[in-house]
Amino acid sequence: MELSYSSEQLPLKKKRRPIRKEGIVLLCMAVPFILAAFAFHYVPLFGWIYAFFDYRPGIPLSKTAFVGFEHFREMLMDRNMVRVLVNTLALSFLALLCAPIPLVLAIMISEVKNNRFKKWFQTTSTLPHYISWVIIYSLAFSMFSSEGAINTILMRLGFIDMPVNVLGNSEHAWLTQTLILLWKSIGWNAIIYLAAIVSIDNELYDAAKVDGAGRFRSIMHITVPGIMPTFIVLQLLAVSNLLSAGFEQYLVFTNVMVADRIEVLDLYVYRLGLVMNDYPYSTAVGMFKSVISIILLFLVNGLSKRIRGESIV
Amino acid sequence: MVKKRISKADVIFHSINYSLLTLLLIVTIYPFYYIFIYSISDSFEAQKGVYLWPAGFSLDAYESALRLRGISDAAIVSVSRTLIGTVITVLCSAFFAYLITKREMPFRKAIYRFVLITMYFNAGFIPWYLTMKAYGLQNTFLLYVLPSALVGFYIILIKTFMEQLPPSLEESAKIDGAGYFKIFTHIVFPLSMPIIATIAVFAAVGQWNTWFDNFFLVSDPKLQTLQLLLYNFLSQTSSLAGMTGEELTQTGQVKVMTPQSVQMTITMLVTLPIVVVYPFLQRFFVKGIMLGAVKG
Repeated sequence: MELSYSSEQLPLKKKRRPIRKEGIVLLCMAVPFILAAFAFHYVPLFGWIYAFFDYRPGIPLSKTAFVGFEHFREMLMDRNMVRVLVNTLALSFLALLCAPIPLVLAIMISEVKNNRFKKWFQTTSTLPHYISWVIIYSLAFSMFSSEGAINTILMRLGFIDMPVNVLGNSEHAWLTQTLILLWKSIGWNAIIYLAAIVSIDNELYDAAKVDGAGRFRSIMHITVPGIMPTFIVLQLLAVSNLLSAGFEQYLVFTNVMVADRIEVLDLYVYRLGLVMNDYPYSTAVGMFKSVISIILLFLVNGLSKRIRGESIV
Repeated sequence: MVKKRISKADVIFHSINYSLLTLLLIVTIYPFYYIFIYSISDSFEAQKGVYLWPAGFSLDAYESALRLRGISDAAIVSVSRTLIGTVITVLCSAFFAYLITKREMPFRKAIYRFVLITMYFNAGFIPWYLTMKAYGLQNTFLLYVLPSALVGFYIILIKTFMEQLPPSLEESAKIDGAGYFKIFTHIVFPLSMPIIATIAVFAAVGQWNTWFDNFFLVSDPKLQTLQLLLYNFLSQTSSLAGMTGEELTQTGQVKVMTPQSVQMTITMLVTLPIVVVYPFLQRFFVKGIMLGAVKG
């Protein structure tokens, strides 16, 4: 926070507290943590330098040619880049479109009067959030593969003659992935909103009731406005993560049939780097993503400051 | 209390509400239930179709799964990384948060920002990969537990909690001659148990589920985690769907097993710790969410 002081106050405020022995002790204890943060989060940033060289694994960086922004220019020509960006944005936007669903679910749960059911529901519906993507994939595979539960049931009931390959369907890949993500996250997101609903003052509801408002009107005029701030913050954060559509999810669900449709930016960076060994170009694409994400975060934060008078980061 | 009148509209609303919620509950639980009944079914009976009840009963799939090459090593690695990683994350994040609450510390705000800001940027995949390699963390257990020592979000939560503790306790210990470290271990850390427990649970689930570090940087089979073992098994199963479990296990004397059965069983074994522990820790999770929601 910055405050402006009048000129005669300034020297007084500016006066530093003398650093005492205690302070030195504290600082020494903090040093290992500062170093750790530096080593694991800041040092990798120096790796961005690879994006400006014609680096090949095995040859020291000093012996490789400096190419300036060549790899970034390459990005503009790269057809894959367009496809990957379209995938990333499409999947992110589909996830944004689904955002109100957990909100509705939270309202539905809050209307449940039976506390045991409520608790049971919360415990169960959040479970998928704590399960790794590998397991989610295994579950999805058990459900949707040609010998999986859904196909067997549908064939038994005579709805289909041939097993439907859900996870290998390229046409509906975006939808499938969005639904799987929704399945994993719906309970957890609903509970975040539920926390906001619980903190709404009960008197508001009582007052509305006295005024003759029914359930629906109470929901529309009290509950929904009450959770809007939480909703907006979560959506703003989601916007700043537009380019970070879940790496692990698409990595585990990739197969030959759908690879073209669900290869997101992060996955492309990985494929370029470790599969094709093109370190410099992979770094450049990764850098592009990081920079755009940071810019989006600042924009969104500024927007939040302007609308709500509060920053989100 | 005013006696509530139950109107017709209420009845309709509640029946629709409960039905929809129950439906969602079924959609959530069924996949877990399905792999469970499949894993305890007779392998070949199961192939003809399992829906609601196990087809036959046999624990052979568990026997085969437990004999799978490397599964016991993987279990040990997963359990150790969860225990050790959680302890490191909790202790480091808590101690750092404690230091940050001390007003005597010079450059306190700057140091806090320096660490917290790491939550918001990411150098990218290749720089991360090369840095970890340069540190010699490739193919070491330390890779699993060191980089996650400081977690910005946890630090915020712990610091907020510690700031609400009464300062008088700490002051009296200080007068008795206790140093910062002693005050932390004897007073502040024990008093912060509610938040520490919540964070420990989050960190433990995170460690149990993480596998990308293993996937990218650890090729040593002795350091393989359960998650990666399952992932590798799945990629084999989906490509070599016709393979029998016999070929996948080392010992010759196992009964023939379909890969589906073994896949379901491994999934069961990897999921089980979370499913079993989860209901008991639910209150910590909910608390974490509340705290997170307040922070926004």
